[in-house]
Amino acid sequence: MPLLSLKRVCVVGVVVLAAGVCGSVRAQDLASFEKRTTVKVLANGLTLIVCERPEAPVFSFYTEVDTGSADDPQGATGLAHMFEHMAFKGTTEIGTTNYPAEKVALAKVEVAYAAYDAEFRKRVGKDAAKLASLKKSFADAQAAAEKYVIPNQFSEIAEQNGAVGINASTSEDSTQYFWSMPSNRFELWAYLESQRIGHPVEREFYKERDVVQEERRMRVDSSPVGRMLEEFLATAYVAHPYGRPGTGWESDISQVTATEAEAFHKKYYVPANMVIAVVGDVKASTAMPVLEKYFASIPAGPKPEPMTTVEPKQTAEKFVVLHDASQPFYLEGYHKPDYRDPDDAVYDAITDIFSNGRTARLYRSLVRDQRIAQTAQGFSGLPGEKFPGMFAFYAVPLPGHTDDEIRVAIGKEVDRLKNEEVSDAELDRYKTRAKADMLRGLADNDGLAHSLAEYQTRFGDWRQMFRDLDKIDKVTKADIKRVANKTFVDSNRTTARIETVAATPAPVSAGGAK
Amino acid sequence: MKNPSMKLFVLGFVAPLTVSVALAQAVPAHAAASQPWKRIAIPPLHEFKPVQPRRVELANGLIVLLEEDHELPFISGRIVIRGGSRDEPAAKVGLASLYGQTWRTSGTAKVSGDALDDLLDAKAATVETGGGQATSSVSWSSLKGDFDTVFGITTQLLLHPDFKQDKLQLAKRRTEASIARRNDDASGIAGREATQLVYGADSPYGRETEFATIEAVGLDDLKAWHEKTVTPNNMIVAVSGDFDSAAMEAKLRTAFEPLPKGAPFQTLKASFPGPKPGVYLAEKTDVDQSNVYIVGLGTTEDNPDYYALDVMNQVFSGGFGSRVVQNVRTKLGLAYDVGGSFGASYDHPGMFYVGAGTKSESTVEATKAMMAEIGRLKTVPPTPDELRKAKEQVLNSFVFNYDSPEKVLGEQVTLAFFGYPTDFLERYRVGIDKVTSADVARVANKYIDESKLATVVVGNAAQFNPPLSSLGKVTTLDITIPPMPKK
Repeated sequence: MPLLSLKRVCVVGVVVLAAGVCGSVRAQDLASFEKRTTVKVLANGLTLIVCERPEAPVFSFYTEVDTGSADDPQGATGLAHMFEHMAFKGTTEIGTTNYPAEKVALAKVEVAYAAYDAEFRKRVGKDAAKLASLKKSFADAQAAAEKYVIPNQFSEIAEQNGAVGINASTSEDSTQYFWSMPSNRFELWAYLESQRIGHPVEREFYKERDVVQEERRMRVDSSPVGRMLEEFLATAYVAHPYGRPGTGWESDISQVTATEAEAFHKKYYVPANMVIAVVGDVKASTAMPVLEKYFASIPAGPKPEPMTTVEPKQTAEKFVVLHDASQPFYLEGYHKPDYRDPDDAVYDAITDIFSNGRTARLYRSLVRDQRIAQTAQGFSGLPGEKFPGMFAFYAVPLPGHTDDEIRVAIGKEVDRLKNEEVSDAELDRYKTRAKADMLRGLADNDGLAHSLAEYQTRFGDWRQMFRDLDKIDKVTKADIKRVANKTFVDSNRTTARIETVAATPAPVSAGGAK
Repeated sequence: MKNPSMKLFVLGFVAPLTVSVALAQAVPAHAAASQPWKRIAIPPLHEFKPVQPRRVELANGLIVLLEEDHELPFISGRIVIRGGSRDEPAAKVGLASLYGQTWRTSGTAKVSGDALDDLLDAKAATVETGGGQATSSVSWSSLKGDFDTVFGITTQLLLHPDFKQDKLQLAKRRTEASIARRNDDASGIAGREATQLVYGADSPYGRETEFATIEAVGLDDLKAWHEKTVTPNNMIVAVSGDFDSAAMEAKLRTAFEPLPKGAPFQTLKASFPGPKPGVYLAEKTDVDQSNVYIVGLGTTEDNPDYYALDVMNQVFSGGFGSRVVQNVRTKLGLAYDVGGSFGASYDHPGMFYVGAGTKSESTVEATKAMMAEIGRLKTVPPTPDELRKAKEQVLNSFVFNYDSPEKVLGEQVTLAFFGYPTDFLERYRVGIDKVTSADVARVANKYIDESKLATVVVGNAAQFNPPLSSLGKVTTLDITIPPMPKK
């Protein structure tokens, strides 16, 4: 039975080892990982991690770029995500029948688009005939450039060589590329990945823009919870880019150019801003030289300057109400610090205690006992963790129950957390499960590649993945109470809800270059 | 630091690729350019022979499959039981699902479900039950040191369940929420309506769970279902993890050998007439994107033409280079999510579908583009290049069918359940290898008949340009949710 698109939040992350869980952790502790994990930083600044796990003749990779939607330039929201799509469009060697000629043709597309766009955006004196003519010139220039395109060749090469799970994603914090392949294609992969990172070509850009608009329609415009989430974040944040949609505003996407995408690449896709992790049937001694052969030639560049905008302290409680032709939905969020905060593991503990499984407080109170919600959870890091994000609670009301009942019920649980210490059993459960989950995650090339790249990016050392265990072990009942009292206060809260109304026709979207 | 998966839910811009080979966009000969990737050596793949599970059949008919995996100190298992939603009475659609939800939450004769929650969570272990289309199941997982305790709970649950009224009510209420919300998700509506058209609204494979059919299910129904299905000759037990097979076999024999054989479970034969052809519209005024599905009846995996059909699928929609992705997404920019498949199931016909999400205005254009690709399957056989790419894609990624012990075990459970030969995967590899372009053309013409397809559109008709009627007579689908019966 399909639930809503708010999926069950899986809780704990990665944290490991040590005490308790099992004496027989075997080859799964930090010491054993150090033996089979090698890190190398190339002269151009690129960080490479190779982790040997020769269980089957396959490997997975995870390329993490430390740049996400939060880095979108003002007026060009959605650009990081747009660029992620473009990274599948090929390179100067892949996807083209004649790159030198294509390059000239693509430059003409940019000139033609700029001329068309300038006329299109004129406030006064727009000349319809001229606009039509410029639009035709733009279309002709695109057609001329397309003659050189071998569509989807990059992905095709990967697929024909047995790649599975080819994909990428853009979050607020980072952009990641990943797939798995038979291990005899390791060198081929190194070629492909180094090409797309170092030498992408912004071909078929304006068609892909349409595809991205389609993605926005699917995820946001045509989804009740998507619409609500967009309004929620736009309300909760006044200064920080976390308040903007990662897919971008429709008008922003509709005017972004290949020239801007190239500039974005030049600034953010520098080797110093990336970590690539490879896990599987690979030997560091033979793999590193191959990696070096392909990745070392990518030109160095300065690591992009850190974002300086800090979301100011929220001083007024905020409310968002969507009058929508869909069923009720309730969400509330509180600003919290980023992942480097000393209390990070305390927030994880709260997530676990509120949301993990049938012993979780929200399940027991709202779902099992009061029977007012189908699902109810609390979790950390909406919409991101690199910068101060939010701790959010949401619930899906059962038929006949209201968002108000949900609000009151969640409020009671939050108050309880602020006023009473959690039980020993709850705290122990969190620690035990966090360790077991970490262990379970180690038997999986792609999950492991993801964790290694992410920890290396965030902490500058993948070993933190194991050391986080100490942070977890140190969480106390008093910590939880203290953090709850610090975070869950009225003036720090934004609430969003869907109130059901009869269906009305959707507004026809306005503007934008077509 | 937490769940990476969260990001995907929040912003989830996973770039998709659900589907997709190249339309042999005739690359000019001079284009071969340098193609440096072709000069990269591909060494032979390391020798790798996955260990097949140990199979034991008890005298009472129970099949046991054991797969050792010593990498991590965990043991997981699954008991698959014949009988699922396709076997429940029409007036009680939802029974199998409610059974699966209520079974575990109710608990055993000795320990209540709530107490089990505490007990298991404290060990980071799980025991779960569920009801599916053809089966119900009990699964468990724990650190190996907790195996005896957790397996003990599992067998108690299997042999001495204690279905409780309050837990059935809880499951009913949660199911009702899904029913009440089912029209909030446009692609969900399209998938549901498409399935109903293909199999029939009254078919065991197409019918919908409604408030009334949920209400009709009582505690006695769950108990009767359990009595009927849980017998050793209707079950397969599969265990994987850090154990010694001989010792594990002994434990399972002790637990299951005493069970008396029961009546074999029979699934009723259903008929599969396929959809009534035509264009169907479900109106949804709060969206700016249409979900379009073109659907018909698919086939079964034991069809000798399955291999050729599977290669056809690759050419048609098997990856980024496939025809529909190349044309509908990349060339026309009409969709983000586009795909399709001539589907095959193990013991009944699967569904043939081609679908996309496209902006309201381009609904008709996208539908025509997909229909044109369906037609081209019959008139334009795969070029040598398309055929090669399609087969390479299947064969070069073949190792991912068995690159972990869980996958090897899962495959054998499925094959055993549906009575397929244990070397089906290897036969598949050989079968795919032999497929020719003429085979694909032959099966395309044999199995695809555009006049037998139905087109389902969920969208905001006022925004369509041109209107849907330009595709033919439009039948409006009533997606109103039948209200709850008066108590």
